[in-house]
Amino acid sequence: MSAKPLLLEVGELRKEFHARSGFFVERISHTVKAVDGVSFSIAEGKTLGLVGESGSGKSTTGYCVLQLMKPTSGSVRFEGRELVGMGREEMRKLRSEMQIVFQDPYSSLNPRMTVGDIVGEPLLVHGVGLRKERGARVRELLDVVGFNPGFSNRYPHEFSGGQRQRIGVARALALNPKLIVCDEPVSALDVSIQAQILNLLKDLQRDFALAYLFISHDLSVVRAMSDDIAVMKDGKIVEAGPADVVYGSPKNEYTKALLASVPVPDPRRMRDRRTERRKLAHALTEG
Amino acid sequence: MALLEVDDLRTHFFTREGAVRAVDGISFSLDKGETVGIVGESGCGKSVTALSIMGLIPKPPARIVSGSIMFDGRDLTKLSERELEDVRGREIAMIFQDPMTSLNPTLKIGTQITEVLDRHFGMSKDQARRRAIELLEEVRIPRAAERLEDYPHRFSGGMRQRVMIAIALACNPKLLIADEPTTALDVTVQAQVLDLLEDLREEHDMALILITHDMGVVAEVADQVAVMYAGQIVEQAGGEELFDRPEHPYTEALLGALPELEGENVREGRLVAIPGRPPDLIDPPEACRFAARCPYAGPHDTCATVEPQLRELRPGHWVRSQHPASERTREPEAVPS
Repeated sequence: MSAKPLLLEVGELRKEFHARSGFFVERISHTVKAVDGVSFSIAEGKTLGLVGESGSGKSTTGYCVLQLMKPTSGSVRFEGRELVGMGREEMRKLRSEMQIVFQDPYSSLNPRMTVGDIVGEPLLVHGVGLRKERGARVRELLDVVGFNPGFSNRYPHEFSGGQRQRIGVARALALNPKLIVCDEPVSALDVSIQAQILNLLKDLQRDFALAYLFISHDLSVVRAMSDDIAVMKDGKIVEAGPADVVYGSPKNEYTKALLASVPVPDPRRMRDRRTERRKLAHALTEG
Repeated sequence: MALLEVDDLRTHFFTREGAVRAVDGISFSLDKGETVGIVGESGCGKSVTALSIMGLIPKPPARIVSGSIMFDGRDLTKLSERELEDVRGREIAMIFQDPMTSLNPTLKIGTQITEVLDRHFGMSKDQARRRAIELLEEVRIPRAAERLEDYPHRFSGGMRQRVMIAIALACNPKLLIADEPTTALDVTVQAQVLDLLEDLREEHDMALILITHDMGVVAEVADQVAVMYAGQIVEQAGGEELFDRPEHPYTEALLGALPELEGENVREGRLVAIPGRPPDLIDPPEACRFAARCPYAGPHDTCATVEPQLRELRPGHWVRSQHPASERTREPEAVPS
């Protein structure tokens, strides 16, 4: 682990969803433990990659960290302050320090707002600056993410997926956050565009000392972005540590099976990997 | 003789804005039992190629404007709809990306398999049921007989794709076209489905066209790989050859854009991004379609004025570029990413 001070500390985080049945008398028919006792920490300016398959609880973890969902139990400390149970007003102020970038740049931007208004909205909500200053800041932000500021009066549908994701990143940056939760930020993009956005996120991290909680199902993408990696399965972290250690010498059988499943662009190694997968098949279950 | 021979196929979509040249002169062939991977990004024409072979393009607005698709001695572009119906499913089968939307949610799995057997072979109910159980067992679905009675929503994504494969196999087709068959699946399930496809292809001596955006997936299965860009094949070679010695700047860039799973310094390094976007296919340039994004296209080249043809650089290795890797003399121009 690094010597930098810890920005985020998550302890024994749990989130349960209750499926209810019955009409007059509602009762809980069963409980889904989406996040089941997860602990991790992120230092300033560092990236923790949270990797797992669908339903592993990685996105729910991200939402609980930002208090966009109320955790069932556990603790989330940001710069030493406990967020769980924090008052509304206090939390609102802290939100400027923690932002999120979503997967789908098609549905996460309001189609009826201009690009400039989308990026400037967080400034407006948090009452930052005068109208004119906000306009200048929006242009600056768009420039930083490589989006032509001259297009700030246009609407999101006029742009491609990669350009829209740049808008989403600019909006997340607006309030100078210290932490950005990236929830599958490149999953909807073609590989060449994906590389542009990943490079952008790397540059921004360096320039603004951002910390990322980087959530993805793509093991290669997580590797490229993360200092530390935590592998999730069924709401639990099954293995965590520095990226090179987790990928280089995985201890957990599930981590091994996951790594052996990733298609690698090297036909010569196909047979070996297939044999290895067969050996590890017991670590996987398919419903 | 090749099982499938696509020659100079052009499928255009006639829209109000103009003719979209989705597939614009592609040729490839496929032998019995062989696998071809067609790889490319969204909008490159890979799916339209598959749909053209199957005779499933929406007419209008789309039309095959030229070229031929020879399958087992017949030109599929010349067959009537009735004749095509006998080829589809019976001799060429197709599976799609999303196994949820390609199964009928209101019909039991058993019904959806047996209707194929009834349509093409006129099997009796009993025969068809027995064959359906065999098929489900073949795609390794546990408790096959019971599961015939289940509706699609009772199956997970991976299991649904297995059902689709079972339906595709029902008539022992000579050719299976798989269009992004694992894109909607988790990585571990993807590996299982790809392994299953490979085993079945071998057992049935079936040819396979695998369409994907994922270079890794292609590397797992394909004997031959065709890289598509803006409606054309820009590079084609055997699997190992293509990954060992990529020639086209676009292929190189696609491989460079992939984050490595096992490489060193991947955390510190940057990825090779391709600047810009593919050209508009309504009025594509009469030139190299990749020129605007190509790091090797210089101001004094004819890249932006002359359309390059596919040429054979090495036996079996075809490239459509003036600047293939093995012929380059200068460094790439600095392009902002």
